[in-house]
Amino acid sequence: MLEKDPVLDVGSPVEADTIVLTAHNITKVFPGTVALDDVSFNVHKGKVSVLIGENGAGKSTLMKILAGVEQPTSGKVLLDGKEINLKSPLDASRLGIGIIYQELNLCLNLSVVDNIFLAREICQNGIIDKKNEKQKAIDLIHRLEQSINPNELVGELRIGQQQIVEIAKALAQDVRVLIMDEPTSALSASEVEILFRVIRDLKAHGVSIIYISHKLEELLQIGDFITVFRDGKKVADEEASNVTVPWLIEKMVGRNPAALFTRREHEIGEVLLKVEDLTLPRIGGGYLLDHLSFDLREGEILGFYGLMGAGRSDLVDCLAGAKLQTKGKIWLNGCPITSKSVTERIKAGFVLVPEDRQRYGLVQTLSVKDNMLLASLKNYMKRIFLLSKKEKIATDQQVKELSIRVASTQQPITSLSGGNQQKVVVAKGLLTKPKVLLLDEPTRGIDVGAKSEIFEIMNRLALQKYGVIFVSSELKEVLALSDRIIVMSKGAITGEFTHDEATEEKLVLASAIGHGPSNGGNNNGSGN
Amino acid sequence: MDQGTNPKLQESKNKRRITKTDVQQFLLKGRAFIALILVLVVFTSLSPQFVSPDNVVIITKHVAINAILAIGMTFVILSGGIDLSVGSIVGLTAMIAGGLINEGIQLPQLGIIIYPHTWMIVVISLAIGTLMGTISGFIITRFNVAPFIATMGMLYVARGLAGLRNNGYTFPNIVGRPEYGNTGFQILGAGDFLGVNYSIWIMVAFSIIAYIVTTRMAFGRHVYAIGGNERAAELSGVRINKTKIIVYSISGFCSATVGLIIASQLVAAHPLTGDTFELTAIAAVVLGGTSLAGGRGSIGGTLIGAFVIGVLGDGLIMMGVSSFWQKVIKGAVIVLAVIIDQVQARMQDRIALQKQQETK
Repeated sequence: MLEKDPVLDVGSPVEADTIVLTAHNITKVFPGTVALDDVSFNVHKGKVSVLIGENGAGKSTLMKILAGVEQPTSGKVLLDGKEINLKSPLDASRLGIGIIYQELNLCLNLSVVDNIFLAREICQNGIIDKKNEKQKAIDLIHRLEQSINPNELVGELRIGQQQIVEIAKALAQDVRVLIMDEPTSALSASEVEILFRVIRDLKAHGVSIIYISHKLEELLQIGDFITVFRDGKKVADEEASNVTVPWLIEKMVGRNPAALFTRREHEIGEVLLKVEDLTLPRIGGGYLLDHLSFDLREGEILGFYGLMGAGRSDLVDCLAGAKLQTKGKIWLNGCPITSKSVTERIKAGFVLVPEDRQRYGLVQTLSVKDNMLLASLKNYMKRIFLLSKKEKIATDQQVKELSIRVASTQQPITSLSGGNQQKVVVAKGLLTKPKVLLLDEPTRGIDVGAKSEIFEIMNRLALQKYGVIFVSSELKEVLALSDRIIVMSKGAITGEFTHDEATEEKLVLASAIGHGPSNGGNNNGSGN
Repeated sequence: MDQGTNPKLQESKNKRRITKTDVQQFLLKGRAFIALILVLVVFTSLSPQFVSPDNVVIITKHVAINAILAIGMTFVILSGGIDLSVGSIVGLTAMIAGGLINEGIQLPQLGIIIYPHTWMIVVISLAIGTLMGTISGFIITRFNVAPFIATMGMLYVARGLAGLRNNGYTFPNIVGRPEYGNTGFQILGAGDFLGVNYSIWIMVAFSIIAYIVTTRMAFGRHVYAIGGNERAAELSGVRINKTKIIVYSISGFCSATVGLIIASQLVAAHPLTGDTFELTAIAAVVLGGTSLAGGRGSIGGTLIGAFVIGVLGDGLIMMGVSSFWQKVIKGAVIVLAVIIDQVQARMQDRIALQKQQETK
């Protein structure tokens, strides 16, 4: 796969481009691993340079170096051909290099305005000019075609809106180079469209963009130059017009992409879960869940598709007991479920793999083993003592079955790649011996290889008669995996399709119900 | 997303939502204020003398001591830290000031003693108190020591130094001598302006400055940001270490100010001055609705918190309640206030939901 010379190949074949920023022979060594191995990377003026690779390929590390968060072990960074020394994010931002981080970096306790201008406050005689800041924030939000209240606390916004704030924050600086590390992971399709319009606008103004994403179609749509990383090395560098999805996948994983997105037929049994009239009102008006009724059968993968904020996550939270519905009934195997806590729901057979793996799925300070056992510790106790032998047997078995790549289960969870971390969360769920698995965006932010492994696991679980509820905002994933698909919009079910009936158009259409232009003023909710 | 949204409609929505959060915030702040009124009403009904002008001034004078410390503490807690050393720094600065007045700066090698002017003594004492805070901040940021540990160390060190200064003895009668030009130190504690004691004016001045810094200046916003999400603040370009060091220096400065006020009021400096003051300061901050986790709270809340504690303390003394019961009551009130805070937050959610159910 390494047919291209990984060393700096300046001057791409297109018209005389000016190169603004160059990473020259960068090597970054972390204790135990080489994150970047002699990598060179060019950023062209007014173009979108896309960076792609599996998790752990070194993309984010390179971006952190360009943004001054990390310092390279060797190699240099050139801006306009001159070497620059980036010691802190402040240095980078002074030179006009802005970054939108993959993980949202916002102060939830501050307002939208305060976040946008954090560390860049507009001051007059030392006093913050709040009026001016607010006006500029409103302008930025309008530019992103949003209607977020600038005085609202960021913590009260949906995650998609928070991402918009993060983007607005980067736009507030006068940047020459803007790094976007997975800016769309929490955005809905229409919000992505808006972002792309903004990117094109920035390009027209001569701003260079570095764009990182796992969504391959997205990259081809917006990118001008595509660079593929694998295992800390640059493996390909190509103009976007010459690139196709299969080519990208091949470069990224070095593996035949046809193996992805396969679905095995499996038998579907009796009704396992029955939900009737599930309702969850929203503070401030409307419903998060609007009188939902559906059922789930044994061995069935039931996909839930919808735009961000359609209420899919609230649904699985409700079923898992993390949120309690005000109305509605749930039956599991014909028995009504009345328990009001997560612990009892786990006992009943529900288990949730939450959307935000880092924050709700894992305890970052614990080892792989401790994380895996967290939900089912009671099973490994003799009176008041934990039986380490029994623990080891259980975790080793999960590691084997889910092929989690670890040297030892004692390893800290943070040393694993995103995909393997996700498998640990799944293993944690499986160890509770559930009947219904609730998977909320299980493939969010993990690479293509790990995705196919997660799908493989889902297929296997369905064969083993688990009921699987699979929430995703990736059309292709839902279509490929689900036996049945329910589409939600604004908290209500707006469509239901069997695997054979479902098409992309039908799902998109159903997910847009209630999203007409007439719903103006819905600035805070499921409507986005 | 809502393209084609009517901008006017949006505007009006935004406006309505601002007022709603405003009301919520007002209620949250009001909670401590209501507690204050309640305490005042109870004590006044038990003893009408309680709100006589003289008594109010006396209570406010007591409150000022704690309030000044609590203002410094608010900065620290907003940044997500804690400062346990304030009481000890109060004692140390009192001893420094007392020593400089009574003994001057002795240079035995040269056989001379320098008696600095009173204003110099004030400056030196403030500088030393501030430096103590700076050292705590430096240890916390440079060596990544938990604020609890670093300031606990400073609690012992500063208290120890305060004792060492005069072998555990008090500096009595620190009025200075006219021939040395160092008289007038007691004016700080006893003097007044428009009939109001200086310590109260200092509290007012500190409050106003702190209010402006926290609400209107970049530094204040950085403090909130660090308390809310330190990593995000850092990646946004906030100078974390510098901001934190300044925060602890502010606390040290406030402590030093209190040390001077107390020494001046007593016209004596005792090495145990300010013992356990850090706890009352923290209590005032927490009562005022500032989250110990950082990032949330206000100077106004802290002031009200300081008044609640002060009024409660003086009131119980006036009622002749035993000092042991005073402690029990104070402790209960502090915990109760935080419980109410939590319950209220949850209640707000529930009320909002109920309302909606009714309208549907």
